[in-house]
Amino acid sequence: MSYELTDGTQGLIFNEPLLFEQGSDGRGGCALPDCDVPEKDVINLIPEDMLREEISGFPSLSEVDVVRHFTRLSQWNYSVDLGFYPLGSCTMKYNPKINEDVARLSGFSNVHPYQPEELSQGALQMMFELGEYLSEIGGMDRVSLQPAAGAHGELAGMMIIKAYHESKGENRHKVIIPDSAHGTNPASSTLCGYKVIELKSNGRGLLDPEAVEKAMDKDVAAFMITNPNTLGLFEENILEITEIVHRKGGLVYCDGANLNAIMGIARPGDMGVDVLHFNLHKTFSTPHGGGGPGAGPVGIKRELIPFMPVPVVEKNNIGQYKLNYKFPHSIGRVKAFYGNFGILVRAYTYIRTMGSEGLKKASETAVLNANYIMSQLKDYYHLPYDRQCMHESVFSDKFQNKNGITTLDIAKALIDYGFHPPTIYFPLIVKGAIMIEPTETESKDTMDRFIAAMKDIADRAEKDPDSLKKSPIKTKVTRLNETKAAREPNLRWINDYLMGVF
Amino acid sequence: MDFPDGLLYTKEHEWVKVENGKAKIGITDYAQHELGDIVFVELPEVGSEVVAMEPFGVVESVKTVSDLFSPVSGEVVGVNSELEATPEIVNTSPYDKGWMVEVAMSDKNELKELFSADEYTKYVEEESQ
Repeated sequence: MSYELTDGTQGLIFNEPLLFEQGSDGRGGCALPDCDVPEKDVINLIPEDMLREEISGFPSLSEVDVVRHFTRLSQWNYSVDLGFYPLGSCTMKYNPKINEDVARLSGFSNVHPYQPEELSQGALQMMFELGEYLSEIGGMDRVSLQPAAGAHGELAGMMIIKAYHESKGENRHKVIIPDSAHGTNPASSTLCGYKVIELKSNGRGLLDPEAVEKAMDKDVAAFMITNPNTLGLFEENILEITEIVHRKGGLVYCDGANLNAIMGIARPGDMGVDVLHFNLHKTFSTPHGGGGPGAGPVGIKRELIPFMPVPVVEKNNIGQYKLNYKFPHSIGRVKAFYGNFGILVRAYTYIRTMGSEGLKKASETAVLNANYIMSQLKDYYHLPYDRQCMHESVFSDKFQNKNGITTLDIAKALIDYGFHPPTIYFPLIVKGAIMIEPTETESKDTMDRFIAAMKDIADRAEKDPDSLKKSPIKTKVTRLNETKAAREPNLRWINDYLMGVF
Repeated sequence: MDFPDGLLYTKEHEWVKVENGKAKIGITDYAQHELGDIVFVELPEVGSEVVAMEPFGVVESVKTVSDLFSPVSGEVVGVNSELEATPEIVNTSPYDKGWMVEVAMSDKNELKELFSADEYTKYVEEESQ
């Protein structure tokens, strides 16, 4: 396959100047009635030192100018609705459109957060049932739907752990996190006031129970694990590890970001996990990227329920749904109202439309797809941990390095073949990492085209490495100087006219 | 790769130059090469305390962000303010113009834990296998 012949990499793309460079005086988006008070110069109404000078270049635009501007910019975007998005660790699966349909039902889209409980029974029922479903999937006893993102779920979970230890009069101040965990874990722990101890994984990319045993002491509040880990490998000694942590009085937090590999097959709660967050925008097909909104519900075991965020949606003995605020030991609210409600509806729809068998099959297919790509590419790209993977696999640029080609070049080249690049330079424990997660929603045909593109890039790295250094060449903007952009960020439009050019 | 004699090195790829009881600290040629183009360096303030093998700052390149680990404990008595505007000198001159902090050491015994140039060369060779 030649990258010149790949479809989907060219099209009708408009050049689009900045809004500040468009429009003309007098143009506008709405018609205002005539002014019925005497007109006064702004300088007579607002003190001169309070006036923003730079806004005087503000563009005058019509509605159609603005609509075309943003629609054209949106055409420069890439999304799961356009093509393959193998961004490892992010689970960029296709988001079924029925999720959108259901989220737009007026009972969901027009519900007001201050509406009385008796008039919000459908919305409360949806939240109650979603909590129950997630509890069942994760093997947890209760779920709070409030956190607005994965890292937010981590923070809420760590706050619950802290409240639990404090209620027992214990002042544990350390959290152990493996080097194969998600990057947000140390940040969430630090934000919660904990000191982070990093634990190195072994030569097989896994954790040794002996290393956990050695690191655990009475100061450790929690062990924060990601399973499968960021190498896409299942922690085989998880039962032994959680047992060690519990024996020394610690709790186990599991980052649920990689739940897409085990959903319906194995439950973190059964592995000794005490707190688990779910990334609805990964595993449960709600929109991911572009600033969200996301949702990171946090699941907990029974002994932690008193500390969970309020309000908690409950069902009484006559089948009515209620918001319970009576949790005196609660860590409090972590989000306005009840979480990102519209996102919860989409995840609920996904679970209900897939069913338990469907969810299990999604995980099985996600793992099969990842292993297919891994097996097809491992002769072409260095595979640091060469074993069966879960939902993603991690390669490196070691083979290509000898020709001066790096992971960045490979990622940039993929754009010319019409594919979003995989996650690069993460996890940090693999030098020049290329992390590929196809998800279950891709067909074999799509994966085969991706594999062919990757093989072609490997071939060009051998025969014509210089051509990769220039990639991408078919995009609207070709290779950017990322170093210059980071060192000399130019983030504001500057009006030459006002800056004295005139 | 250049690892000058006379400097001491850490497993986290920092170097130390001891002069008049003070330790000048930066990152090694290997570290700057692995990080790639450095775009930002965050350093502690003069007068703050650093602890051996704990983070004292952050170095950011186009591809990653890494903690900087202090090889020794003590008080920061100097920081390289040039790095604020021109972080790229860490790439071009890691042992000279790209130095990062100067520390008045509180425990000189900590130096015994560090690698010599030969030991560090061996360590890097093993790590890059």
